[in-house]
Amino acid sequence: MTVAPGLPADAAPAVIRLTGVNKSFGPVHANRGASLTVAPGEIHALVGENGAGKSTLMRVLSGMYQLDEGTIEVNGRDVTGWNTAQAIAAGVGMVHQHFMLVPTLTVAENIVLGRELTRRGQLDRRRAEQAVSELCVRTGLVVAPDRLVGDLSVGEAQRVEILKTLYRGARILILDEPTAVLSPPEVDELWQVLARMRDDGGTVVLITHKLDEVMEISNTVTVMRHGETVGRVATSQTSPAELARMMVGRDVNLAGSAAPASMPAARADHRHALEVRELTVPDSRRTRAVDAVSFTIAPGEILGIAGVEGNGQTELVEALAGLRRASSGAILLDARDITHLSVRARGDAGLSHVPEDRQARGLILDYSIAHNLVLGQQHRFSRHGTLDEARIARNAADQIARFDIRPTDGSVPARTLSGGNQQKIVIARELGRDFKVLLAAQPTRGVDVGAIEFIHAQLRAARAAGKAVLLVSADLTEVLALADRIAVMYGGRFVALLPRAAANEEVLGAYMTGASGKAA
Amino acid sequence: MMTLAFLTQTVRIAMPYLFASAGGVLSERSGLIGLALEGYMLAGAFCAALGSYYSGSPWVGLLAGVGGGALLALLYALCSVRYKADQVVVGVAINLLAVGLTRFFLRFTFGSSSNSPRIPGFHVTESTTGLLALVQNPLVWMGAAAIPVVAWLLYRTPFGLRVRAVGEQPDAARSVGVHVARVRWIAVALSGAIAGIGGAYLALDQHQFTDQMTAGRGFIALAAIIFGRWDPARIGFACLLFAAAETFQIRLQGVPFIPPQFVEMIPYLLTIVALAGVVGRSVPPAALGHTEE
Amino acid sequence: MSAPAALPSTGDRVRSPWRTQLEEALLPAVVALLIALIVGDVLIVAYGQSPGAVYRLLLEGTWGNAYGLGQVLYKTTTLTFTGLAVAIGLQAGLFNIGAESQLAAGGFAAAVVGTLLPPGLPSLVVLPLFIVAAAAGGGLLGGAAGVLKSRWGAHEVITTIMLNFIGLALLNYLTIAHFKVFDTLHTAEIRSGAVARLSALFPAFHGSAANFVLLLALVTVAAAWWYLFRSRAGFELRAVGLQPAAAEYGGVSVSGVWWRAMLISGAVAGVGGLNFVLGYKHYYEDGFAGGAGFLGIAVAIVGRNNPIGVVLAALLFGTLSQGGLAVNALVPKQMVDVLQAVVIIAVVTSVPEVRRLLRSARRGGRGS
Repeated sequence: MTVAPGLPADAAPAVIRLTGVNKSFGPVHANRGASLTVAPGEIHALVGENGAGKSTLMRVLSGMYQLDEGTIEVNGRDVTGWNTAQAIAAGVGMVHQHFMLVPTLTVAENIVLGRELTRRGQLDRRRAEQAVSELCVRTGLVVAPDRLVGDLSVGEAQRVEILKTLYRGARILILDEPTAVLSPPEVDELWQVLARMRDDGGTVVLITHKLDEVMEISNTVTVMRHGETVGRVATSQTSPAELARMMVGRDVNLAGSAAPASMPAARADHRHALEVRELTVPDSRRTRAVDAVSFTIAPGEILGIAGVEGNGQTELVEALAGLRRASSGAILLDARDITHLSVRARGDAGLSHVPEDRQARGLILDYSIAHNLVLGQQHRFSRHGTLDEARIARNAADQIARFDIRPTDGSVPARTLSGGNQQKIVIARELGRDFKVLLAAQPTRGVDVGAIEFIHAQLRAARAAGKAVLLVSADLTEVLALADRIAVMYGGRFVALLPRAAANEEVLGAYMTGASGKAA
Repeated sequence: MMTLAFLTQTVRIAMPYLFASAGGVLSERSGLIGLALEGYMLAGAFCAALGSYYSGSPWVGLLAGVGGGALLALLYALCSVRYKADQVVVGVAINLLAVGLTRFFLRFTFGSSSNSPRIPGFHVTESTTGLLALVQNPLVWMGAAAIPVVAWLLYRTPFGLRVRAVGEQPDAARSVGVHVARVRWIAVALSGAIAGIGGAYLALDQHQFTDQMTAGRGFIALAAIIFGRWDPARIGFACLLFAAAETFQIRLQGVPFIPPQFVEMIPYLLTIVALAGVVGRSVPPAALGHTEE
Repeated sequence: MSAPAALPSTGDRVRSPWRTQLEEALLPAVVALLIALIVGDVLIVAYGQSPGAVYRLLLEGTWGNAYGLGQVLYKTTTLTFTGLAVAIGLQAGLFNIGAESQLAAGGFAAAVVGTLLPPGLPSLVVLPLFIVAAAAGGGLLGGAAGVLKSRWGAHEVITTIMLNFIGLALLNYLTIAHFKVFDTLHTAEIRSGAVARLSALFPAFHGSAANFVLLLALVTVAAAWWYLFRSRAGFELRAVGLQPAAAEYGGVSVSGVWWRAMLISGAVAGVGGLNFVLGYKHYYEDGFAGGAGFLGIAVAIVGRNNPIGVVLAALLFGTLSQGGLAVNALVPKQMVDVLQAVVIIAVVTSVPEVRRLLRSARRGGRGS
């Protein structure tokens, strides 16, 4: 099924051996026959594009998910189907992307929670802090045990997460994208800690999509693609280019064939449907989610934004839509400054928005199809404060027919529809009206193939009709299929802005994983 | 003497608040709103009257009061923790239930719709300062200990650590193997038991049970918890402050320049001010009120 | 039941959402009533009476004669207002526990206005004035909680509880210090604007407190229904209650809806005060609300936050309240207080559970 170049996996002694793992979430196959073999005392990188199934596979290993098929062996013991508590007891600890910490408790309290040290029935705070301090010294993960976790930086919070697993005696440590939230010096420090753990005989599995990290720290690499394991190689015997080829499935040119990012100042006609100047959006952690991003979109143009999720795309779109405050910068729609307008006023000015999360934002699930088709335009579908139900129904009948929404009865609650038809409601509402600029965030996420084709056709039709479209998608194929120019977002900035002709999956992939960022 | 009498009266008035808020903070820190404290107290007062009347011993009454409060609290936990029903509605309903049940059984057992016959309380000697009566009443000593004991429980025991974790980040607690629902059941049951002592104090102190004798004290205790920012020491202080205001009002009865109703409002106004964050924001446990997954 | 816009579906394969909703609305209520009946039986038997006899007496004393029915209707009227008030808040995702003091404040404001009017004005002419006064009284307290939430993020459950105590203490002060008739706890009688009893038209109701504020309640129900389900503001209010993030996306100011909803909720509860002040006693009396505000929570929950459901639930709780008096000869009337509480607990606990069971049963039935 899979061709694994490099090391013969079966021959190696293994602390972890996952074989034939299948795991689905409804119609989505996250893992299909995935396998992983990890030798004792190594740092093992698990790499792959976004959505390749890395996190799912590791959650199966750590007992968070139950697999559908396949076997899990740890230290030679078949532990298929175990739970989190059993995994912890067997020395398997996982550090999640989203921390599992109680911000109002101290570092020491968070670490001992559930396995408290006591003296005559009381918490032994001193011993707990001592144990944590010793652990800090032994591992090099320095953090004051008596500090409140809520006061820690992200990097420190991550140290606490790692200490938590080590306190519970983890000898196998799984880290899910640990560097996504760290600054470069913190990353270096983490590498030292992991290297020390390995030298002490521990085993580390590192989920990442950054190839420079893989080359720097790991001993062995397993590559996943589309839920399958496609390769396992010793790091010393491979190269970023080979890994990238395995990740995306064809030859990759990492040598910076991408033209340097250049703003299209050449477009001298000044006819920008959307112009964004130095837009900066803060996030909750006091850092910049979007960092002084500038771009323009012309009428009849689709600008695609590619990038690994969490690099500021969501915040950028929400700031453009008026759902999130920008701290500085300007947004101009058809030369009109809309930076300080409300959501509704932006809509009236000609901004349409297909939101990233249709279930949470795009639809009121308990409202009927007809009512959802006017959400955001309720003021246009009412007279003297009363909803004009006749016009709402007519609008629904039109849109349902035009956008082929099923069922065709507009009075049915949106909740009962399939994901594809739910998304068609959003598309119909946002594209079926008069607008100048469309923000389309993940427009085809979680919808079936037929609906994807339909939605793509609609976006192309919008371009043909002279609309400006900002397309944000985690799916590179989609961006490449639709966009006229493509920007890559990384760390809140545009690290590349290329014409379609200069972009391909490999080039974009390199920018997305940060590999080209350093080369350039 | 005036000041001593003022102090003893303040302590006396503070007793039910101290018990109820000591119980309430346990429940709230585990993520369950202490909206039914009033009900626990009322049930505690009635059961204490019942126990003391039939046994002739205030100690039996006290035990019965603990049981009555805990029983209602277990009903609250059943609805909110087990069945994940809306905490606010269940809390309000349990208060109504407590009023109804105590009225029904007041008629049932004592044949009265207003009060029970005289019941034995703890033997105390009344004096002008009230000091003797205070130090002779074992419940006063328990009341003085209630807040420190709960503080010890919350901050010095493994159970307390888990309560604090569960009320703040249940998922984090669950991920390290803490049994979230079990911690909440125990915290709520304890809160009912301790609030029940507060009710028992009222009945034994007044030597009878009267209809709705808690008269909103459970809500003052809730106000003290919020005003005290969910921290036992501050809560104890808030209870004493509210009680002092009440004593002040009683002592000033007849003095025209401050209407008693305005003094009555003090705890509630302070609570709103604290909640609105006008001076130092009062931030509740993050998972308070959310028992649904 | 919460989406009356939904007509029976024409789809023959898909199960009608209308029927599904009806099932989900009624089944928990039936389960809750069964539980209440069982608890009632236990109490009655414990008291040495036969449940059959007690329930027969309860029905006879409420629906069995015109006086009883009149009393039921009177209680239903107040409960309809407080139930609507709570329901409107809940439709916006807000819990108004303050209906008790809002009801009292509305009644007080109306009574004060009534004492200031010249005598002998026709009721229908001054009624709007009373409605405005009562709405302002209740709206002030409700709106205060709304602003505290919109502006400072103070949770409305706690602020409305606290405002209950503050409002009632304030009304107590105003009554005693400024407005009371000597040696009583009530204000002077209103000089104009009294609303006729039902017995003026139907003599059979003689002696009962039922009055034509009942019609005002029904008009308010219709208005609330229109507001919630037919107006643009209601569309936005319910959107905030269901999915605040989606409402925000749809151009709705979430905090604006919060304070407006609390203002309206308080105002509706306040207008409920007219039932006592204009229709029954013709003055404000300290403590007249008597728990009707808290029962409004029960009415809204059992009525599933729908105005029509609220009327039916108010009728149920009105019947129980009056029924307690009717059965007092056999069992203590306080039994009814217990049953009311049991109904609330059973409904709020069984709604999610029964719905879960219904949904999993349906999924199982369809095999997908």
